[in-house]
Amino acid sequence: MITRLLSGDRPGSPILAIVLLAIFLCLAFAPFLFPGTRSLETAARICIFIVLVASYDLLLGYTGIVSFAHTMFFGIGAYGVAIAISAWGPSFTSILVGGAAGVALTMVLALLIGLFSLRVRAIFFAMVTLAVASAFAVLVSQMSWLTGGEDGLNYAIPGVFKPATKLMDGRLFGVRLDGKLLLYYFVFVSSLVLFLVMLRMVNSPFGRVLQAVRENAFRAEAIGYRVVVYRTAATVLSASMAALAGVLIAVWLRYTGPATTLSFEIMIDILLMVVIGGMGTMYGAVIGATLFILAQTYLQNLMGAASDATSAIPLLPDLLDPGRWLLWLGVLFILSVYFFPTGIVGRLRGRAA
Amino acid sequence: MSEHPVLETRDLTIRFGGHVAVDAVSATFARGSLTAIVGPNGAGKTTYFNLISGQLPATRGQVLLNGEDITRLGVAERTRRGIGRAFQLTNLFPNLTVRENVRLVVQAKANRGFDLFSMAARHTELIEKADHVLAQVQLDDVADQKVAFLSHGNQRKLEVALLIALDPDVLMFDEPTAGMSVDEVPVILDLITAMKADPGRTILLVEHKMDVIRSLADRIMVLHNGQLVADGDPAEVIASPIVQQAYLGVEAEDA
Ligand SMILES: Nc1ncnc2c1ncn2[C@@H]1O[C@H](COP(=O)(O)OP(=O)(O)OP(=O)(O)O)[C@@H](O)[C@H]1O
Ligand SMILES: [Mg+2]
Repeated sequence: MITRLLSGDRPGSPILAIVLLAIFLCLAFAPFLFPGTRSLETAARICIFIVLVASYDLLLGYTGIVSFAHTMFFGIGAYGVAIAISAWGPSFTSILVGGAAGVALTMVLALLIGLFSLRVRAIFFAMVTLAVASAFAVLVSQMSWLTGGEDGLNYAIPGVFKPATKLMDGRLFGVRLDGKLLLYYFVFVSSLVLFLVMLRMVNSPFGRVLQAVRENAFRAEAIGYRVVVYRTAATVLSASMAALAGVLIAVWLRYTGPATTLSFEIMIDILLMVVIGGMGTMYGAVIGATLFILAQTYLQNLMGAASDATSAIPLLPDLLDPGRWLLWLGVLFILSVYFFPTGIVGRLRGRAA
Repeated sequence: MSEHPVLETRDLTIRFGGHVAVDAVSATFARGSLTAIVGPNGAGKTTYFNLISGQLPATRGQVLLNGEDITRLGVAERTRRGIGRAFQLTNLFPNLTVRENVRLVVQAKANRGFDLFSMAARHTELIEKADHVLAQVQLDDVADQKVAFLSHGNQRKLEVALLIALDPDVLMFDEPTAGMSVDEVPVILDLITAMKADPGRTILLVEHKMDVIRSLADRIMVLHNGQLVADGDPAEVIASPIVQQAYLGVEAEDA
C-alpha cells in the first residue's frame, strides 16, 4: 500500500526514511505540535514549496532542462485566483475558475515556449525562459488595473477558511478548530496529493524516458523517443504543477504580489532548494524545501540571538548580524555543494548503497 | 510492397563546407540480405549510416524505406518505422543501470513512453524482455550495474544489445566488435549470424575484419572518399583491382 503510494520509489536509506517520516509527521500535525501563527505560516510555506521545488526538479533534475520561468508559472496560478476573487468575490467558484484559467494559460505558455525553443540548444531555452519571465514581471507591474501592480492584490477568501470561523466548539489538544486550521489542512492535503502525483510521474514509463532524455538525448531519439515532444511535455507538466502551487499560496496568503510569486529571488531560492536536497530525486525537494525555509525563517532569529550573546567580542557580532543571514546561507550552500555534490538525498542514498 | 527493396539510397550526398563526405551514393538493399560496408578511415561509412538513420540531413539525394521517401523524417520517426542503429562510438545512458538501458528500448518499441501514471517497475513483461536480451549478449550478471562502471567490452556488448532489443527490420552495425577482446567477439558475431538467419531482416555492417566479412556478407560495398567505388559479390569485390589498391592495399596489415 505504502509502496504503491510512493510509486515504488523507496527512500533507500534508513536515515533518509526517518528524516522524511519526521518531516511528514511534523507537517501533518504542525498546528498541534507547533502552535502559533508564525510556525503555521512556516509549515504551510514548506508544504507549498515542496510542490514548487519538486515540480522544478521534474524539469531540472529528471529531464535536464534549465528554466528560469518557474516562478512565472507559479505567479500565473496565484494571480489567476487573486484576480478571479477580486472580480467575483471570495467563493470556491472563483478559486476554481481562476485556478483553472491560470493553469490553462500556464499550459499554453509552456507549450509555446517549449515548442519554440526546445528544438534548439539547451542554453537557448534557458535564455528564452529568462526573457519571457522578465517581460511577464514587467507586464504584471504595468497592468496595475488588473494585477494591483507592485502592490499586488489583497482579497478575502471563502468564509470557511477565515480564522474567525469556528468549525466546532471547544478545542482539540488545546488548538481552536477554526477556519485557519481547515485552510492549513487544505494546503497540506493538496500539497501531499500533488507531490504523490509527481512521485508517480517520475517513476512511470514516462518518467523513465525523461531520465533517458537527460542522460543522452541523442540516443533517446535513436531508440524512437521524440525528444522535443518529451521535453515539451515535461515543461508543460512541471509548469502546471507550479501553477497549482501558485493557487495554494494565493489562497493561503490572501495576498498575491510580485514579491511573493514572481520575484527572481524566489527563482534562485527554488534552484538552491533543488540543489541542496539533491537533483533528480523527488525526496530531495522535500528535504531541500524544508531545510531552506526553516533556515530562511529562523536563521535570522538565531543570528540575532547569537549576535547579542557575543556582543562583548569584537567582529563576531557584526558577522552574526541578522542582516547578514544571506551571507551565511551562501556559505552553507557552498559547503553543502562541496560536501554533498549530489545533494543531501544523493549523499544519504550513496552511503546506504 | 514486395517490389520495392527494403532500403534504398538515391544519389545520397552530404557536404561539410567544401568536403563531400558522402558523394552521390546510390544503392538498394534487399530484404534478408547482409551487406558489408568497407573503406579506409574517413571514407564516409559512419556518415552514410547517419544519413540513412537521420542523424545528419542529406545535402542531396533520397533515402527510401519500402519505397517510401523518408529523407525528411526525423531520427525517432525513422526508428519507429524500422531502422535501427548501433553506434561505432558507444552511446548509452551512462547513469542508468544496464537493465534500464535495455528496458528503455523495449518500452520504446512497445510504445509505452506516454504512460504517466503507472509504475514502470510493474511492467514486468517489458523487464522480462529486457532480461532476455541481456542474457543473449551475456550481460545478465551485470544487469544491475550502472553503465558508467562497465568495462569497455561490456559497453560494446550493451551497444549491440540495444539494437537487438529494438528489433528493427533494418539493422545497422557500425564496427560492432571494434575494441572488444578476442574472447568477446564471438558472442556478437553469433548474434549477428542469428539475426541474419531471419529472412525478414536486412543488415548493414561496417566492419574492418576481413574474415568476419568473408563469413557473413552476401555483398560488399566499398566506400572511398565518400564515393561508392565497388559494390557486389564479396569474392569479386575483394579480388577487384580498385579494392586491392584503394582499401585492402592500405589496410592489409590489420585485415
Ligand atoms: N559532422 C561532421 N562535420 C564535419 N565533418 C564531418 C562530420 N562527420 C564526418 N565528417 C567528416 O567526414 C568524413 C567521413 O567520416 P566518417 O566518420 O563517415 O568516416 P568512416 O568511414 O566512418 O571512418 P572510420 O573508419 O574512422 O570510422 C571524415 O573526413 C570526417 O572528418
Ligand atoms: Mg566510422
